[in-house]
Amino acid sequence: MPRVSVWFLRTSLAYLGLGFTLGALMLAGKGLGTNLAWWRLRPAHVEFLLFGWTVQLVMGVAVWILPRFGVRRSPVRHAATAWLAFGLLNVGVLLSGVGPLAGGAAGPGLTLAGRLAEAGAAIAFGGHVWARVTPSGLSEM
Amino acid sequence: MPPLSRWYVKLALLYFVAALVLGALRAAEPLVSLPPVLVAAGPAQVHLLVVGWITQMIFGVAYWMFPRYAPDAPRGNDAVATATFLLLNVGLLLRLVAEPLYALHPSVKLGGVLVVSAGSQWLAGIGFVLNTWPRVKGR
Repeated sequence: MPRVSVWFLRTSLAYLGLGFTLGALMLAGKGLGTNLAWWRLRPAHVEFLLFGWTVQLVMGVAVWILPRFGVRRSPVRHAATAWLAFGLLNVGVLLSGVGPLAGGAAGPGLTLAGRLAEAGAAIAFGGHVWARVTPSGLSEM
Repeated sequence: MPPLSRWYVKLALLYFVAALVLGALRAAEPLVSLPPVLVAAGPAQVHLLVVGWITQMIFGVAYWMFPRYAPDAPRGNDAVATATFLLLNVGLLLRLVAEPLYALHPSVKLGGVLVVSAGSQWLAGIGFVLNTWPRVKGR
């Protein structure tokens, strides 16, 4: 498994633990009648589990599993786009998860910055895997 | 495919069908009168899909396909993996039953079931993380 996939997958596991913890607090809070106090965690719960866990896991496995045929760039240059996707995704998840918790005018700005970072991650990830979705050729990677 | 992964994947498929059938039933609500318990099942339906289907499918395939932990324990600690499977499904089923009922008739007993469900699913998540983490490794 490439090093960047290890980072993608371990970070996704960390977000799984974090997202499940927030979800358990919310559900237990509902059962204990303190639902409203925990309800503010919902955007972070959704963000951490949808993008931090599920999307990140899919990206990490794709970088690991997809064929490496037909990649003509050097391995270092090729890996750079995957690392860029990893960095942007995680900046995006953090900002988008924390944004709704921040008070005042900062919240929407943080969320917007997070969404833009996630869009950048999608572009970098697409740039990384596009050449690998091909039936022929053999790369040095 | 190991037996535990087969259980994960087959249950995931059942939850997938159940979630979409429940979604279709709930979508009919403006046209026909539904039992209140179905109308109150929105959060349960979402979690049937994202925990029962998506997360469970990932858990099952990861348990099967991720790199081996060690020659004598290729899939990590089997007891933890089995407990993870049981806790996830017990927690999810308890939520599925208790959450809509609690929304209609809040009570200490149903609230307690939700707390047990929360703890059960949380333990499953932590169990999966602990058992899978050492299997995520480089060449």
